[in-house]
Amino acid sequence: MFRTAGMRNLFMTPFCLWAGIFIFVPLFCMAWYAFTDESGFFTLENFTLAFDRPYFKALMLSVALALASTIICLILAYPLCLILTDKARDLSTIVSLLFILPLWMNSLLLTMAWQTILEKNGILNQMLRYFSLPDANLINTPTAIIIGMVYNFLPYMVLPLYVSLSKIDKRIIEAARDLGASYMQTFWKVILPLSLPGAVSGITMVFIPALTTFVISALLGGGKLLLIGNVIEQEFVAGYNWHWGAGLSMILMIFIVVNMAVTAFFDTSHEEVEEK
Amino acid sequence: MINRLKMIYLAAIFLFLYAPIGILIAQSFNESRYRGHWTGFTFKWYESLFENENIFEALSNTVSIGFFSALIATIFALITCIALREFGKKRRAVFMSVANIPILNADIVTGISLMLLFIGAGLRLGYETILIAHIVFNIPYVMLCIMPQLVSLDKSFYEAALDLGASPFQAFTKVILPEMRPSIFAGFLLAFTMSADDFIITYFTKGAGVDTLPTEIYSELKLGIHPEMYALSTLVFFFVLIFVVLFAMTRKHLADKEVF
Repeated sequence: MFRTAGMRNLFMTPFCLWAGIFIFVPLFCMAWYAFTDESGFFTLENFTLAFDRPYFKALMLSVALALASTIICLILAYPLCLILTDKARDLSTIVSLLFILPLWMNSLLLTMAWQTILEKNGILNQMLRYFSLPDANLINTPTAIIIGMVYNFLPYMVLPLYVSLSKIDKRIIEAARDLGASYMQTFWKVILPLSLPGAVSGITMVFIPALTTFVISALLGGGKLLLIGNVIEQEFVAGYNWHWGAGLSMILMIFIVVNMAVTAFFDTSHEEVEEK
Repeated sequence: MINRLKMIYLAAIFLFLYAPIGILIAQSFNESRYRGHWTGFTFKWYESLFENENIFEALSNTVSIGFFSALIATIFALITCIALREFGKKRRAVFMSVANIPILNADIVTGISLMLLFIGAGLRLGYETILIAHIVFNIPYVMLCIMPQLVSLDKSFYEAALDLGASPFQAFTKVILPEMRPSIFAGFLLAFTMSADDFIITYFTKGAGVDTLPTEIYSELKLGIHPEMYALSTLVFFFVLIFVVLFAMTRKHLADKEVF
């Protein structure tokens, strides 16, 4: 669109300045805190700290819960997306919109509502008692946190998966069926490989927020189950030790970088766009 | 049989998704101000909603930060995407991944690192710092919406406009912008939504005394949510629902027209 490269670079300048000041400098500040102690000297203690018992426990619990909720989201999302792509177009638009609608509601209030459902005299237990079934003690357990994570992040799994499933040519699936593949074979050999990019981007979009949340665990874990997000939040907000908090955040970033690398490896979507 | 199973599965997922929303709506009509105790039907929280200054202030902060951050991010993203279009695929991909850092990174890391920057630069945390932080994470969302359409836009329209005597600025506003309208609008709307629902980044970049709706809700959690908040959410829910239904109907209407 530009006659000269100079003009193009001029348009690029604001973004480069912006990215420098608001993307790279903040991360540098974070690294600065992570590599120094309170008197400003270089140290690696903020990283080795992560292997101290309470911190390590929080980190492992976060990884375990994030993995569990990612897997549950994946298992719930596949049948759902297959059903949605199968439906007639009119109906599927309405169903998809109904699916996006909860995203406009404040997620804190919705997670709060799960507290009302799951708590000791909550709605779930009242219903169980009505059918004379034993109580389910879910509130303030890891299960409650997983339910909250699945609830909050399921749409982030469904949306990319739905997009990549709806891109699959129906004739390929029909061909597999005609050639004698069973439903399961068609799924494993045709549908799964073709929808892999969507599944991968869904997995990263669920895993990272689940790994780093401190809100869901605060609301449904009763403040006793600490995730790594809760630990970091307390280090900064309750004013304990910013250097420790920064060190733990840098450790989280290792997970994020691995995640980015995996996504970049699988993501070819924006290169498919035809250029004119 | 299979169809029946499918319907049951869909119904179960929707029950899971809408149960908490149903509870919020019920709560907004509940006489008692405590969660989980139904003491009778009332409209009083809707009346007091309009007198609650805290909520009103948080709402106006949310809307204005959402609007301005989405607007500035859209302008920024548009300028950047126009320049990026001229780069080769490889360099464009590099710039795009740099731009995506704030959203690929965990919210808590983005929020804390921006807080460290603001404090390091001696800025007072408040409305302006929240606004800057929201522009930071909104730019990549808008770019993700705009870039695919801009890349696939036919360059010859723009060149034809230039050949016919339009200035580059005229050619941009009369040819490129109208073509780009759908994705610019989608980007703006996505950015506004992300800004309005963000809690974590706002939480770390806000100062005392300035609240958006999510941070106001979080601060109320310890002492119990004011039921007016439930009333507000219920109003938002029905407002969005009507909007979505109208949108679906106009789309169906347009689709029908195309067929005949």
